[in-house]
Amino acid sequence: MTSRDRIFATLRAGLKHTVDDPARPAAVAERINRRTPNLVPQRAQIPHAEQVALFTAKVEALTVTVDSVPAEQDVPGKVADYLARHNLPSQLRVAPDPLLQNLPWSERPMLQVDYGPGRSQDLVSVTPAFAGIAETGTLMLHSSATTPTTLHFVPDHHIVVMKESQITGSLEDAFARLRDKLGTADKSAAENWPRTVNFVTGPSRTADIEGVPVLGAHGPRRLHIVLIADGTP
Amino acid sequence: MSMQITAQNFEANAKKALKDPNLRKAMQIIGGPMASRRVETARELPEFEALRDEGVKIKTHVLKHIDLYLEKFEQQLTARGGKLHWCRTSREARETILALCRSRNAKLVTKGKSMVTEEIGLNAFLEEHGITPVETDLGEYIIQLAQEPPSHIIGPALHKTREQVAELFEEHHPDYELPNVPGVKAGPRSTEPQVLVTEARSVLRDTYFKADVGITGANFLIAETGATVIVTNEGNGDLTQSLPKMHIAVSSIEKVIPNLEDLSTILRILARSATGQEMSCYTTLSCGPKRPEDKDGPEEFHVVLVDNGRSEMLGTELEPLLRCIRCGACMNNCPVYHSVGGHAYGWVYPGPIGAALDPHMIGLETARHLPNASTFCGKCEEVCPMRIPLPDIMRWWREQAHEKQITPPLQRWGIEAWAFAAKNPWLYRLGARVAIGLLNLLGKDKGKFTSLPLVGGWTDGRDFPAPQSGSTFMSQYKKKGQKSGVTK
Ligand code: SF4
Repeated sequence: MTSRDRIFATLRAGLKHTVDDPARPAAVAERINRRTPNLVPQRAQIPHAEQVALFTAKVEALTVTVDSVPAEQDVPGKVADYLARHNLPSQLRVAPDPLLQNLPWSERPMLQVDYGPGRSQDLVSVTPAFAGIAETGTLMLHSSATTPTTLHFVPDHHIVVMKESQITGSLEDAFARLRDKLGTADKSAAENWPRTVNFVTGPSRTADIEGVPVLGAHGPRRLHIVLIADGTP
Repeated sequence: MSMQITAQNFEANAKKALKDPNLRKAMQIIGGPMASRRVETARELPEFEALRDEGVKIKTHVLKHIDLYLEKFEQQLTARGGKLHWCRTSREARETILALCRSRNAKLVTKGKSMVTEEIGLNAFLEEHGITPVETDLGEYIIQLAQEPPSHIIGPALHKTREQVAELFEEHHPDYELPNVPGVKAGPRSTEPQVLVTEARSVLRDTYFKADVGITGANFLIAETGATVIVTNEGNGDLTQSLPKMHIAVSSIEKVIPNLEDLSTILRILARSATGQEMSCYTTLSCGPKRPEDKDGPEEFHVVLVDNGRSEMLGTELEPLLRCIRCGACMNNCPVYHSVGGHAYGWVYPGPIGAALDPHMIGLETARHLPNASTFCGKCEEVCPMRIPLPDIMRWWREQAHEKQITPPLQRWGIEAWAFAAKNPWLYRLGARVAIGLLNLLGKDKGKFTSLPLVGGWTDGRDFPAPQSGSTFMSQYKKKGQKSGVTK
């Protein structure tokens, strides 16, 4: 008997007579594939404009700074302003994502933009996000060919460029959107699931010394969002 | 540091702890701000109590079908290119992890916080076999330097003062230079947490990139997608699992949940119960190794699932303990934990969850004192997000010990008297000093009662601020920040 067999044998013994119930496998499959959320807090169930306001308020309460811009072409200017504000060098490590690659970086010739995963020498990263969750001011990001996740954790400063239409109410809304995006005609969302999904709620922090809250433990010390006002999806 | 079991010496441990002034200070933090942050964030979410009920429902359902959920998890994980290793015992888990590390010729391993790796005594084992594990969670790093076990399941070094941390850093990185000032030594070390955190950050930076293997825990296993989930604040777990070539997630079988909706529900109660945050800073789902087109991430992804006696709890009085999400709220709100601290419990899991779980995991004979480490005030069950009947389980253990004649006769008698006092609120409210006096009268012989669990120093440790007031993490942070100029 392998360890696996023995663990399952003990578990099934513990389930006693219920283990033989023929309805169990179908019930479990149904439960896993059920897409209806459990209880979702009222605060997340609000119109999109209010979600944007709540998201902004929540992230700002976590010390995240937000620049709202009317259009994509305004992003490089705001990024340059951020670097100037924090006395940072002008190198940016940017996710090789179409949205970011198509920004008019050349209008800001001072900025040195290169694309790729995070390296130890990178001080500032710029990445897209998949969604923003209003309920808690949480960003949802995931790995892909164009969004390496080391950019979310290695640099001291993480700048996220996203659109208002990406803001959702609840965690469940964000998961539903990800399932929609990943599911294809021949494969389920689970089959196309990315290596990693990151929820980021404010900059890195710790309270491990005497319970005193300190920002900038091992991940980014600062998180900045450039929010493109593209309206409601 | 692997854990020497000292649970059998609970009374001596407790007495020593009561005389430790540093520990008194630390316990005021846990019983004060840590406990009150939970109350505040819970109050801000009107659905909090209903969400606890939902959480209990999810976990109870899973336990009825845990075999099927684990099978589904395995199937999905394997389909995404991950590998699952089933381990019945600590020893099997240690050896599995060692073999995985050796398959990559690993010399240096980074570790994210994982209670299961504490439980299986992984670090000492790896060291014995020539592999250096480096803990990267700040609290775990501190206790690794101090060669101590964790004293709290979410704040492992909360028993250390800032001065003690500064001393440890001085001893272990004497050549540390202030960042941005090359060639200038730090001089006398600051004891400011902000400065110490920066030091740990820069000391560990290179290690993340040099490590051959990254080991993390997992708070949840999702059957729907085959993903493991870690919940952290520092970002160390993510650096640990995304930079090395191999990621090993070490977890235990009861952590499986059905799907992403269930994860959403439980996340809402986990961080609020643990640290009083609405959401921990980083919640990360990991599912298989890097995809062919990915630019980063580990080439291999392994999940080591440890049983270590958990499967035997199913269908017994102990089954509700399998709902535990290791949030730490029960210890943050436990008057006994506040009095004696985490180390007195003498094994990996302290506080009420430890008192209920440890006798099963290390044996009732060894852990016989722990179920007595209770005033039966009921606070742990009241705050437990999973509504685990911790006092009932402790009572059950005491009955077991009593029946098996495990406790020495003198103590058996004493416990009954103590329980009588604790169960009668009027007596309890009079305060322990009076209660002890009364018990002394009842017992006639003074000597008898000094052998009661905790009585020795109970009164010293009793006066802790009730966790109703205080301030949230962010308001605290802002206050601090303005003082030291780190925030705007
Ligand atoms: S027993 Fe409850 S309160 Fe204690 S750690 Fe587990 S879930 Fe949290």
